[in-house]
Amino acid sequence: MGAWLAEIWRSREILYFLAWRDIKVRYKQAALGVAWAVLQPLLTMITFTFLFGRIAGFSSDGAPYPLFSFSALLLWTYFSVTLAQVGNSLIANSSLITKIYFPRVLLPGAAALGGLLDLLVGSVLLIGMMIYYRITPHWTVLLTPLFVVETALLVMGFGMLLAALNVRYRDVKYTIPFLTQIGLFVTPTFWPVSYLPSKYQWLLVFNPMAGAIEGFRGCLLGSSSINWQLVACSWVMTLLLLLIGGLHFRNTERVFADIV
Amino acid sequence: MTESIAVENLSKSYELGALRQETQLRDQLVRLLHAPFRGRRRKEILWALKDVSFKVDVGEVVGIIGRNGAGKSTLLKILSKITYPTSGRVRAHGRVASLLEVGTGFHEELTGRENIFLNGSILGMRRREVESKLEQIVSFSGVERFIDTPIKRYSSGMRLRLGFAVAAHLEPDVLIVDEVLAVGDAAFQKKCISAMQDLRGGGRTVLFVSHNMAAVENLCSRGIWIADGSVRLDGPTHEVIEAYMGSFASAEAAASDLTTVDGRRGSGEIRFSKVEFLSADGRLQTVTRSGKGLMIRLHYRAKEPIERPSFGFKMYTELGTLVTDTGTWLHGLDIPLAPAGDGYLDLEIDSLNLIPGRYYLSLQLDSSMSQHLYDGLENAVHLDIEEGPIYGSTRRIDSRHGVVFFPQRWRLEGIGSGATQPTPASATQGIRR
Repeated sequence: MGAWLAEIWRSREILYFLAWRDIKVRYKQAALGVAWAVLQPLLTMITFTFLFGRIAGFSSDGAPYPLFSFSALLLWTYFSVTLAQVGNSLIANSSLITKIYFPRVLLPGAAALGGLLDLLVGSVLLIGMMIYYRITPHWTVLLTPLFVVETALLVMGFGMLLAALNVRYRDVKYTIPFLTQIGLFVTPTFWPVSYLPSKYQWLLVFNPMAGAIEGFRGCLLGSSSINWQLVACSWVMTLLLLLIGGLHFRNTERVFADIV
Repeated sequence: MTESIAVENLSKSYELGALRQETQLRDQLVRLLHAPFRGRRRKEILWALKDVSFKVDVGEVVGIIGRNGAGKSTLLKILSKITYPTSGRVRAHGRVASLLEVGTGFHEELTGRENIFLNGSILGMRRREVESKLEQIVSFSGVERFIDTPIKRYSSGMRLRLGFAVAAHLEPDVLIVDEVLAVGDAAFQKKCISAMQDLRGGGRTVLFVSHNMAAVENLCSRGIWIADGSVRLDGPTHEVIEAYMGSFASAEAAASDLTTVDGRRGSGEIRFSKVEFLSADGRLQTVTRSGKGLMIRLHYRAKEPIERPSFGFKMYTELGTLVTDTGTWLHGLDIPLAPAGDGYLDLEIDSLNLIPGRYYLSLQLDSSMSQHLYDGLENAVHLDIEEGPIYGSTRRIDSRHGVVFFPQRWRLEGIGSGATQPTPASATQGIRR
């Protein structure tokens, strides 16, 4: 494991170049360019605000509903979009895998890294919304990057597992959009954790994105009712998935070039 | 001499079942339902490499030759760490760069300059290294004017030049090259070969796989011939090439009847059974002369009626240079059906304007509707072409003068000093009208 990590560290420049390639290519021919990074969570937020905020009258733990849902959707969009890219990163680059050697994990790594740019662009809008709603940042806002890191690690851990499986079973490719679609509903994006009866709240432990979003949103908006237990559990799950994903990836990467 | 690469008892097997691509989980589930108590289906094992060992010293340039499917590519892939051996190991000292393809990782949407950075990085160069060599790389590639244009606008030649330009500036300790010189225009090939010769002078170890025997002979000091996944011969280049080419000749002598030849590819519903060379007046012959007419008769045997088959062959020189690739499909001919049983087709050549020497024919029989291959035979037969009165003169013309000659004549009227010239008739000798 040590040698594996050392080699990855030595090849980190390839990681930057691959991420840079992904980003460049993604925006090169899109007329709206970087605006796409904002549009997806923005439009979802508007829909949710209308449906759940206005019509259904969901509560939002005291914050303005648009801000409440947008902050969660920003992180969720990064997770769902990037997970698909990470999961497909090996088969999308099969011509590289069969022609040249470099640490294979750089491919999912680059996809996870590249997706962060969209998140960063979306954050500008988020800051704008906070100014608009006159939210005074609480000191906990300094903790928000931790949850972005957690989400990236989660995407990596889960993604490495999916990417490695995807090489052998192309079914995975079709499973990912389905998983993330279901995920959107079972993750507290447009509803607060407090909506779940407390006897069911433990179920959220199995969804690490629940804790990441709860922590991110709570710290950003200075909520006093963050479910820290859930946050801690999601960190444990994330690190566990990272370990499992990494081990599985390392154990199967030798055959990628033969079967991809 | 210090050791650069040591290959020890390398073997690699593939499961043929895995090649059948059971990559849908569903297939496995279906199998499980059909036969829940049977274990995984026993898979056929194919040994691509069997117990290969050799050592290469620092600065050696080694050519690796062998027929298609002999295991050369698998060996290169293992040496480049792309795939892993089933058993055995490889020790390589220093920075290893492998070029199994020119321009690996190039992206259509990125500009030439951007691709230089991307490709260089993937090949193992540091960003600073690429920056410092950028100017040299760009000028070597000869695409300066388009360096900030996305490469999707490039011709394939330009792409190749750009890719090779990056590769030529790698400065690895060990360079592994696969056949990349087989493409590109002649001027650029020359440039690549001289770049490779510089590598040789620079004390680098080079492993070079090619079907182009002339290139191997020029570049390499040592040859390794791989056959059926093992090292058949390892020694001075010309000896190995001679033995390798000789193996085709001896195979041919035993098999004017092609039905018994092994090592052929294709599914076999229809196969070539014999190749005959006939003179213009229909007599069977084994040698012919430059400039004469020739008929090549391809016999086949079909086990079942075959719809729309396509017959073709490639002719190579003794050093592996492709002379011509011809076939019914290329001629736009449509053969609706080849009924079961034996049959033949003839290719009539008015004048065989090839320089004397030995030429090899690789036969191919496939479907003109799909890519399906029925029969493929490499260097199945050879044709010896003896000297003929080329250009109507008595001068000796052989492989030093190229591969082909054209029906042609020199006109000397412009000199105006009454120089002698042969009669036009003899200059175009052999052409039937």
